[in-house]
Amino acid sequence: MTGGPVVPALDWGDVFSFDDYGALLQLVANSVIAGAVLGIVGGLIGVFIMQRDMAFAVHGVSELSFAGAAAALLFGGSVVVGSLAGAVAAAALIGVLGSRARDRNSIVGVLMPFGLGLGILFLSLYEGRSANRFSLLTGQIVSVSSPDLGWLIGISLVVLVGLILVWNPLRFDSLDGQAAAARGVPTRFVSLVFMLLLGLIVAVAVHIIGALLVMALLVTPAAAAMRVSHGPVAVPLLAALFGFASAVGGILLAIAGTLPVSPYITTISFLIYVVCRVIAWRRERALRVAAEAAPAAQVPASPAP
Amino acid sequence: MSAPVLEISGAALRLRGRELWSGLDLSVKPGEFVAVLGPSGSGKTTLLRSILGLQELSAGDIRVGGSPVRRGDRRIGYIPQQRPLPPGTSLRARDLVSLGIQGPRFGLPVPRRGDRERVDALLAGVGATAYADRPVGLLSGGEQQRLRVAQALADQPTLLLCDEPLSSLDLANQQAVTAIIDRERHERDAAVLFVTHDVNPILGHVDRILYIAGGRFTLGRPDEVLRSDVLTDLYGAPVHVLRAGGRLVVVGVPDADDHCDVPLTAIETEAGAA
Repeated sequence: MTGGPVVPALDWGDVFSFDDYGALLQLVANSVIAGAVLGIVGGLIGVFIMQRDMAFAVHGVSELSFAGAAAALLFGGSVVVGSLAGAVAAAALIGVLGSRARDRNSIVGVLMPFGLGLGILFLSLYEGRSANRFSLLTGQIVSVSSPDLGWLIGISLVVLVGLILVWNPLRFDSLDGQAAAARGVPTRFVSLVFMLLLGLIVAVAVHIIGALLVMALLVTPAAAAMRVSHGPVAVPLLAALFGFASAVGGILLAIAGTLPVSPYITTISFLIYVVCRVIAWRRERALRVAAEAAPAAQVPASPAP
Repeated sequence: MSAPVLEISGAALRLRGRELWSGLDLSVKPGEFVAVLGPSGSGKTTLLRSILGLQELSAGDIRVGGSPVRRGDRRIGYIPQQRPLPPGTSLRARDLVSLGIQGPRFGLPVPRRGDRERVDALLAGVGATAYADRPVGLLSGGEQQRLRVAQALADQPTLLLCDEPLSSLDLANQQAVTAIIDRERHERDAAVLFVTHDVNPILGHVDRILYIAGGRFTLGRPDEVLRSDVLTDLYGAPVHVLRAGGRLVVVGVPDADDHCDVPLTAIETEAGAA
């Protein structure tokens, strides 16, 4: 790597500095809005990603999205269009070829290094500003141009509307595909719509938090929500809230210092997950203690051996 | 005589170049309980999938309530095999049941008026009110299976398709689930098509048996079908139907590895040792 300025030691002023915060906030207002929308939509779609056991597929889609964006950078196209093309192509491929979990994992495993390799190739051939290179992998929302930000917000809203329209059948298919098919849910159509929406939102996330870190907004919030709740309304609401808090909180903290946005987002989202796990653990322990205090009162019948 | 709920005529099915069955005729009246028996791979589940409109026949046709099969027919309820839901599943008991009502609806995911009452009634019908708000992952196999039955009954189906609904349940739960299904046909005249590899838990309720094996089939009352000479003829190999302690056991089925359930194997081993 060519040498940038070497930072001698980390000063707390790099992490937080609230001088001129108001002026900075105005500059990044659109970024905050984009982060907020992505956080909410990412949390919602994350519930289905978890239910369909597709966290690994998300990672694969994001690497191809990165390759698409890098290609656009090299050939002078729109980076947003490039990342969209890569993500949707990958999602469609995974959706068509990998209807079963095992097939899907092997397809993702094959696609992911290929996409990452292509992306690295395009980046190394690219001779423009070097800051752009790294930002696709690790994200830098504040460097995205205003028209592009508008696109990112628009795409997120499209995903939100699409998700709401297929919500019930998608939920049925994700939780019990066999019963859903028997009840007449067009399971294949619903799965492909889901993959399309997933591709779109992953492309947005690549710009905001980076291809390597999309899971922090698409998987972690939903995983955390599922630890503390089981309700069909409570889980998506909590996941959206967690995603929103991670994305907006991360951006607001990051603009106060000189460090990139992504570590703030990933850290907040991780901390929320840890807190949720601790809450779930304490709750289970309380239940166990209560069960031991009242022996054999409420023991459910065990299934056949 | 009321019109048949299910009419299968001249049905044949080829799957991956292999003929599962052909020339299948079956007519099921309202309130009739028909068991479908046969070794694994004989096409029992595929028959159910054909009736659900998920699998196309290679010949013949199937009519449900007088009209050709189509996907998502509200007059059909489907009870799948019990597969344990993982402990972390983010779903309460009542949510699993309400999937049967709200699951197929596209559009705004807002419950409609009366949905909650319907779910409560379905839960009460299968005796699941006590654990209605508990996460399904923490429920026993029997409790989960009652919820699946409740889900299948959501639209008061006139035809109930059951695909091994009792497997991996203990005896008490087998009886409980069978009783719910049986009550449904007595009270609302629903016809039942019940795929199973062990006929014993439902023997007291069955009107007729469709026994499929090796591409051939036999249809008749239990005492007409479950006989050594009939099954020997069907399999083309010596097969014995034994009665032991009120249970009925089929012994000597070719490629028994595919077929035998646990009690059957146990009895065969005992017989071999004796």
